[in-house]
Amino acid sequence: MSNTAIVVALLVGLAVWFAVASRLTAKPWENREQPGDVGAIHASPARIGLWIFLAVVTSLFSLFLSAYSMRMHHSVGWCHLTIPGILWINSLVLLAASIAMQVASSAAGRGKRRVAQVTLIAGGALTIAFLAGQLLAWQAVGPSLYFIQGSPAIAFFYVLTTAHGLHLIGGLYVLGRATMRFAGGAEVIDLRQSLSLCAIYWHFLLLVWLAVFGVLLFL
Amino acid sequence: MAYVAIADRDAPIHDPHTFFLKYIWSQDHKVIAIQYALVAIFVGLVALVLSGLMRLQLGFPDQFHFVDPNMYYQFITMHGMIMVIYLLTALFLGGFGNYLIPLMCGARDMVFPYMNMLSFWVYFLAVLVLLASFFVPGGPTGAGWTLYPPQAVLPGTPGAGLGIILMLVSLATFIVAFTMGGLNYVTTVLQARCKGMTMMRMPLSVWGIFMATILGLLAFPALLVSAVMMTLDGTIGTSFFMPAVLSMGEQLDHQGGSPLLFQHLFWFFGHPEVYIVALPAFGIVSDLLSTHARKNIFGYRMMVWAILAIGGLSFVVWAHHMYVSGMNPYFGFFFATTTLIIAVPTAIKVYNWVLTLWKGDIHLTVPMLFAIGFIFTFVHGGLTGLFLGNVTVDLPLSDTYFVVGHFHMVMGVSPILVVFGAIYHWYPKITGRMYNERLGKAHFWLTFLGTYAIYLPMHYLGILGVPRRYYALGDTEFLPDSVHTVNAAITIAALIVAGSVLIFLYNMIVSLKKGPKAPPNPWKATTLEWQTPDTPPKHGNWGPKLPVVHRWAYDYSVPGAPDDFIPQNVPVDPKLGGGRDHGVHH
Repeated sequence: MSNTAIVVALLVGLAVWFAVASRLTAKPWENREQPGDVGAIHASPARIGLWIFLAVVTSLFSLFLSAYSMRMHHSVGWCHLTIPGILWINSLVLLAASIAMQVASSAAGRGKRRVAQVTLIAGGALTIAFLAGQLLAWQAVGPSLYFIQGSPAIAFFYVLTTAHGLHLIGGLYVLGRATMRFAGGAEVIDLRQSLSLCAIYWHFLLLVWLAVFGVLLFL
Repeated sequence: MAYVAIADRDAPIHDPHTFFLKYIWSQDHKVIAIQYALVAIFVGLVALVLSGLMRLQLGFPDQFHFVDPNMYYQFITMHGMIMVIYLLTALFLGGFGNYLIPLMCGARDMVFPYMNMLSFWVYFLAVLVLLASFFVPGGPTGAGWTLYPPQAVLPGTPGAGLGIILMLVSLATFIVAFTMGGLNYVTTVLQARCKGMTMMRMPLSVWGIFMATILGLLAFPALLVSAVMMTLDGTIGTSFFMPAVLSMGEQLDHQGGSPLLFQHLFWFFGHPEVYIVALPAFGIVSDLLSTHARKNIFGYRMMVWAILAIGGLSFVVWAHHMYVSGMNPYFGFFFATTTLIIAVPTAIKVYNWVLTLWKGDIHLTVPMLFAIGFIFTFVHGGLTGLFLGNVTVDLPLSDTYFVVGHFHMVMGVSPILVVFGAIYHWYPKITGRMYNERLGKAHFWLTFLGTYAIYLPMHYLGILGVPRRYYALGDTEFLPDSVHTVNAAITIAALIVAGSVLIFLYNMIVSLKKGPKAPPNPWKATTLEWQTPDTPPKHGNWGPKLPVVHRWAYDYSVPGAPDDFIPQNVPVDPKLGGGRDHGVHH
């Protein structure tokens, strides 16, 4: 239930933020002002779209983790997962990927094409390494259907890592497109936004992974 | 580089030339809206036919042998799921959301047109997968629209093999489609409003669709989570939801799963879903009432706040669907309380609709009839909701026809009346033609009175203890014979109402070609979609220049003004003053 409470708190927070942001106390029938600022958020649509998408993904993973916690507490036959050691290494790799994406984004912001290009590719490679590491972790926890059927903890491990991995693969697709544009000779200034959004997405997925890992470790 | 508001950019949007790009693989929000609406209405007609078949069985048991018990459960399931998700959600958000948001906000299109197009095609795929389940061995799932495990995946339930899997895959696909569309609707409302269109000047239709989309974006993941986990339970044999079960005398491999967990996840989506359908209806009906009563909406700010409050509260009431599953009494108390609290903002909306009509210059046009009809059906459905929100009242009534009557009144009939009203209201703008008003009115009266003939008696049946979900009642001792008579009468009414849909379809289709040409603003409405340079609006909506908004959406019957409406894009006349009061001191 605690996770559900967090989800609810998050939703309430969003609602409150929204109420404040959009000045819901205006009396439009009295307003005689000339049209001016309409209260749009000063950011590109892609950036806003990304943040909304992150809220959706937050909801998704919060619910997965709530389900994990409830399945653990509400029913019999739960045995804890033995955390494979490789997950620590994977976490560091994903952290490195996230840092690389940040460096790429800042370099693009300062117009440093070469640095941006190299760190972008490094970020992609590290992400692929992370995904490969996750596959190794699958091998370590129990590679056959027998284990997945027998232990809900292992089944959850597969579901959570797959869901997270698929989001990273989606990110890699966008990153791949940015890399292709680089290769096609696009100006670094045109890629600034793309890289900045990629960096945000990578940081977010790092946080999601840490939350998943934390729940697997401590709950 | 300084930020340039979207309304100030003059970059051209996508510019299709071929027929294929204009009408099939289209990125234009209006075309996508019509695509969404047509597919939703088609699949809704399938669900309508299913309900007719069920009613034949219930009204005249043993007369129609082509409906066997398995098919009956399959029809129930598909009818419920299609109506709630593939018709109402898709039509309100994919259809009206797509059509109205850019036009009412003064934008040229959605902010991510390509993703918008994908949203429709993925939705189309979801519908195809859903309909495919009718043709697989075992047929579609008959688990009931809530798909509760363990029975949903156990042998013995119709469609327990491929049927349920296709349903879950279709739902997951729908959620992907909805997320793509939803990101568009929210971002467009936040960012692409034209000059002068502050959030608090937006028509309530946009507010309702906007909030419903936020609810959908946050609630649908719960359905996705449950669909993924149930698919795994059903295919590879995990035990997320499946407890140890004996099935057909055999012990299955599942153990320790929690069916209650599924119920929590399902209803964490399922209750907001009610408001995903209801909030757009609330918004649209507000605009219809105000326009056709020639009077500003009563309590605009309160209406906006109520939409937000209902949206927030809808996330903390889900367990009221689970009273009969058994729960801690304190838990039940909490959910009963939140459920009753949500009646407060809802009642505020109802009072405001009625007060909007009060002393208005009511024009009983077809859309207005449907809007007023909605107030009746919604009040009736809402009041029975207050009964069922209480644990002690819900327990004996939950498995009876009282609940069927309640939810059909509140989230079946009511939103559908708004859908019809909205179609009649915007049809002249969408098609450029008027329809036959007499046929429209006939359609209204048959639908409105007919639905009362169907659902009002169901409440009595429920209080008598007639159980829902039963294929046939047989000779049940505690039920008087009149129950069977009532059931037959309900079926006749249902068939008449279903038949009245044909009048609607005939009217809409024939008027496309033969209807008289519609003027650009036949209802003399204030909102922006009626002020477009072309009817129907062309690609890009506004010609060379975007509109500029000078006032709120409800300047009807302004004292001193020459007409009884002032469109939102008409500048303030210094002689008249600016807003609603226009120099008249109260």
